[in-house]
Amino acid sequence: MPKVYVSSVIGAPAADVWAVVRNFNGLPSWTPFVADSRIEQNAPADQIGCIRNFSLKDGGRIREKLLALSDYDLSCSYAILESPMGVENYVATLSLTPVTDGNATFAEWQAEFDCAPEREKALLQQIGSGVFQTAFTALKQRFGR
Amino acid sequence: MVEVRRSTIIDAPIGDVWAILRDFNSHHRWHPAIAFSEIEGGDPVDAVGSVRRFRLADGAELREQLLALSDKESRLNYCLLEAPLPLMGYVASIRLKPVTDGNATFWEWRSSFNPPAHRRDELVSLVAEGIYQAGFTAVRRMLGGKPTPAGTLSRERPPVSPVVAPPRVEIIPAATPGSGTKAVVVERHGGPEVLQLRDVALPSLAPDEVRIRHSVIGVNFIDVYCRTGYFDLLQPPGVPGMEAAGVIEAVGTGVSGFAPGDRVAYACPPVGAYCERRNMRPDLLVHLSDDIADDIAAASLLKGVTASFLLHDVHAVRAGSVVLIHAAAGGIGQLLVQWARHLGATVIATVSSDDKARVVERLGAHHVVVYSREDFTDAVMRLTGGAGADVIYDAVGKDTFAGSLATLAVRGHLVSFGQASGPVGSHDIGRMASRSATISRPNYGHYTDTPEKLAPHVTRFFGALRQGVLRVEAPTRYELARAADAHRDLEARRTTGALVLMP
Repeated sequence: MPKVYVSSVIGAPAADVWAVVRNFNGLPSWTPFVADSRIEQNAPADQIGCIRNFSLKDGGRIREKLLALSDYDLSCSYAILESPMGVENYVATLSLTPVTDGNATFAEWQAEFDCAPEREKALLQQIGSGVFQTAFTALKQRFGR
Repeated sequence: MVEVRRSTIIDAPIGDVWAILRDFNSHHRWHPAIAFSEIEGGDPVDAVGSVRRFRLADGAELREQLLALSDKESRLNYCLLEAPLPLMGYVASIRLKPVTDGNATFWEWRSSFNPPAHRRDELVSLVAEGIYQAGFTAVRRMLGGKPTPAGTLSRERPPVSPVVAPPRVEIIPAATPGSGTKAVVVERHGGPEVLQLRDVALPSLAPDEVRIRHSVIGVNFIDVYCRTGYFDLLQPPGVPGMEAAGVIEAVGTGVSGFAPGDRVAYACPPVGAYCERRNMRPDLLVHLSDDIADDIAAASLLKGVTASFLLHDVHAVRAGSVVLIHAAAGGIGQLLVQWARHLGATVIATVSSDDKARVVERLGAHHVVVYSREDFTDAVMRLTGGAGADVIYDAVGKDTFAGSLATLAVRGHLVSFGQASGPVGSHDIGRMASRSATISRPNYGHYTDTPEKLAPHVTRFFGALRQGVLRVEAPTRYELARAADAHRDLEARRTTGALVLMP
């Protein structure tokens, strides 16, 4: 099962970063690649099991289900229900850990999925650099330290 | 119960940070609070349950026990057994994670304990600042190359002392340009980045020495162990390297048998080969005949001599023996494959990739196992009808040792001559009775440290080269100034065949 792991250091306290990323409906506000997002059936964005339905700026539409959200561990897990990427059993976790030395945040984003073997390399690249790292880079710029 | 948690980012790859922290007895070499430390009973530093007894700068003595260690998660847990302070029930953990965005390391150090109420704040501050935060600073300094305050880095007890006594290499800043030589100097043990090209003075020639101008310098895994301090062959500041070829430039008054202009090579301590010119005693110098090129000698003398004693002395490989060779595309591995085949053995080789498999097939291996894809024990058992290998040459160490034991034939011989993936740890020799196994841990010096021991291996190796029994591919060349890149490539297993430095 292919796995992606990306981590970064954000120059802001973990609570501040968490306030931005915990909103399961908030991708358009902090990632550069999501155009719009809504939570299906008008559910609260922190209700476990809710589904976010968002469109990418390049036109693709993705539905993802919230599997876990922890204000204690500062982590969020979700699964892809529908996407144009050609992945199955895709489960990802975004988590934050405080860095006490300098009051910064260690951010990790990892995913596991199944896919056609010939697609694996391209997908690892697309998800790792195109999605996770791009979003982290945007967060670093937003908190610009 | 209080919890203390401190974390930081270290600007170094996780492997470099973990290499320091996973050694449960390393803290006196980096932590400023610790004056001395040893593992009780001489247990391995990575044996879960081992106890370190250490002394602080103020004389207080403490004992801590390793409870868990994971190279998979770069994590260790330990607890305090005895201390002069009331840190009741102190259990701590150290955990590293890679920062992929920038190749740095996240390091978290946390603990919980029960202090008496009136000393709570004092003890929390001691642990958080005096131990954890001070430790972060010390390790960052160690890896970042910044100046180290006196006493922070104690170098009195390198962890392993496997070969001969370390002669200290004198590094003196060059007084005037031209009177010295360029040399790669290790000013402190550490990662590849500690290999820095410097101008150093060349001492005047002692009567029992010759001066050699190097033409090609060999790079070997033992140089990595010298650089990191795993072997105490190099006391910083020092110049690594134990193999080179070149020309005699000057001869001391008491030396016979060598003259200026002679082509020579060597593969022996003392360290000091990563330089343009050096002085050394000529006891273990080898004359090169015209048909042996400098780069072939520098790339293969140490490996060739090693292959010679591994195949003839440590274990006498005979026609029909089943020989398993790990890391067969590596420098020594390539020689072992060709030579064992020539001796009539059935050669099974393990490699990490398909590209390396093709290299090893061309060298004559009968069977090649890509161990990342197939369990090598299963493969060897299948290929030998369940009999196993008569002799196994294993320089990979941690990742293969247990599997190698399980792959031995009855009365088989496991020759462990390196640990590229980490130390093999401790094993119960009682269980080896199930195969009447023999284990060897040969030491290069013990087979080559006198001219009488060395000469037959050199003769046999050069003979095998001349007869075409062994083919040595042209080595990958790096400029001397790029020694760090050579080490990085070697450690990342990106290489096949030998690496050399060009002064």
